[in-house]
Amino acid sequence: MTTSPRSRRESARAWGFLFPALAWTAAFFAMPLAIMALYSIWQRVGMKLVREPSLVNYEKFFAKSYLLQSLVNSIEVTAIVTIVSVLLAYPLAWILAEKVPPRWQRLALIMAILPFWTSYLVRSYSWLLVLSEGGILSNWLLAMGITDDPVSFANNRGAVVVGFVHFFVMLLTLTIYANLVQLPPSYRKAAADLGAGPVRTFIHVILPLTLPGIMVGAFLTFVLCIGDYITPQILGGNRELLLPQTIMLQIGRRSDFPMASALAMVLMLVVTVVYFGFARWLKLERM
Amino acid sequence: MTAFNRNIAGAAILGAAAVLAAGAAISPVAQAAEELNALVWCDHTDPALIEPFEKKHGVKVNLKEYEGTGAALAIIEQSRPGDWDVFVIDGVDVPRVADAGLLAELPADQMPLDDVFPAVQMRDVTIRDGKMYAIMEKFGYNVISYNKAKVDPADMRDLNTLWSDKYKGRIAVYDYYIPLMDLVALKMGMKPSDITADKLPAMKAELFKLKENSVMVGEVVSSTTALATGEADILIGGGEWAVAVMQAENPDLDWVLPDQGGILWSQSLAVFKDSKKKDLAIEFVKYVMSPEGQAHLATSSCFWGMPANAKAGAVLTDAQKKGLRWDEQEKFLANSHRYFIPDAELDGQMLDVWTEFLQH
Repeated sequence: MTTSPRSRRESARAWGFLFPALAWTAAFFAMPLAIMALYSIWQRVGMKLVREPSLVNYEKFFAKSYLLQSLVNSIEVTAIVTIVSVLLAYPLAWILAEKVPPRWQRLALIMAILPFWTSYLVRSYSWLLVLSEGGILSNWLLAMGITDDPVSFANNRGAVVVGFVHFFVMLLTLTIYANLVQLPPSYRKAAADLGAGPVRTFIHVILPLTLPGIMVGAFLTFVLCIGDYITPQILGGNRELLLPQTIMLQIGRRSDFPMASALAMVLMLVVTVVYFGFARWLKLERM
Repeated sequence: MTAFNRNIAGAAILGAAAVLAAGAAISPVAQAAEELNALVWCDHTDPALIEPFEKKHGVKVNLKEYEGTGAALAIIEQSRPGDWDVFVIDGVDVPRVADAGLLAELPADQMPLDDVFPAVQMRDVTIRDGKMYAIMEKFGYNVISYNKAKVDPADMRDLNTLWSDKYKGRIAVYDYYIPLMDLVALKMGMKPSDITADKLPAMKAELFKLKENSVMVGEVVSSTTALATGEADILIGGGEWAVAVMQAENPDLDWVLPDQGGILWSQSLAVFKDSKKKDLAIEFVKYVMSPEGQAHLATSSCFWGMPANAKAGAVLTDAQKKGLRWDEQEKFLANSHRYFIPDAELDGQMLDVWTEFLQH
């Protein structure tokens, strides 16, 4: 069966429109990923790069408990951040969508995303000034008489979680809000007509329908959080290492890109596994 | 070619042009003839240092800041030959970079080598096979910085105090394994150059104890912020570089060489072998090494450090010299050790120990 000239033209047009996206993905994702994968099976010996395939970097990662621990730490911190962010973002999105009058919603949204407008680095250092021993929080506790001595909340996992949650609550609020405002009021009225109270309506109607927004936001939070270097480096005080920090350690002085690449590939693998867990929700038409 | 194909081809050409234009725009290196591209530490980004040179020569100096020789080598690997002209590099890493064939020979007769403090000339690392590849421009110490309003200054002269319980939870640790493990070696009664693989288990135990006493481990900004905010009262691995900039605001911040000795850091200035503007690059080196350039570099807004050229003393103010402990340099230098640079295998083992320390 032969295709008609019109069909061929349409096909060519489609490929023409697709080309920039494909070229972009190939140049800035597929190719760098392939190079990184290749590097991960090479080795850095002294100043030289030994281009002989070997799994020695991966073996080292799984053999050294302190390297493997950085992956465990990353997964734990990311899971905590994602869950806490969802729990905080949902009520916020609900208030924005349901309680704020429509004419004020745009302004409220702008207020909600204001933290995005400042530099990520500055925001992290600002948290250090809030959480450190001489910081705003400690001084407030002293002034209120809640504590007699200065208290530090910085340089630990809790500070890292606070820094991350501050950022990602905004992201999640937006994705959940986008879902909530699309829900026709008639759904809730129908549920009420059928005798469902507000709690049952929320559990059986609202929550399932907003799950795609939650999942998209949660996945974005997970991906951005697990690969982040700045926040744990500034707020964590190196009390423990997360995987991105371990990756940077390989590069700082030794320029050991093969080992850094192997660790980055492990990180990619984790993100891929999580993607498949979220995949059923990550469809635009479900948003 | 159909109209549609022409449009696609046109779009492709425009796209390629846009990519090329974007590439040129985001390239770290601008290509104007009167521009100099320098790979530097943050102290070189102070306009007070750079602007006089730019005005005098009518050029623009493009500065790319980096931290860690490994990161610099990665940038160089990803650049084209000739992209970079001037290189600020850790003094002890000059042989590593010179042996890789990256550096041009400097005209020794045009360099103020005789004015450089003898203890930091380090001719054994800057001169290879009779050729001079770099000149030391600034130095200082990885020792102990502290807040004298919070701790007893006399305690800071003994490294052992930091391993006792007296200041538990009040110590910040500078996050760079070479000088910190060198300091641990001094605490253990060794010279940094005595570090060998069989000493690492004992050093690891010392590091673990230090971690238990510390409140945080951080790079330059984080560790100095810890001192500034009161999060920590002591910074091990600190020195003039960590507190001199802040002393005007907080005169209680001070630093000292412990009795066991200090670790001498040094930074040097070199010209890239493939530079297409070698004459201008050498002029830049000469300017930075002049007494005026040295005074600006020593008191850079990023971090302070001793100028390598002793003649900078005539340009620095008394207050600046006091902050740098100018008059005590002879004594400090006599009691300091250079960074111990291990071979690649031992370096990897030391980094493993440091990673374990951070994870502890």
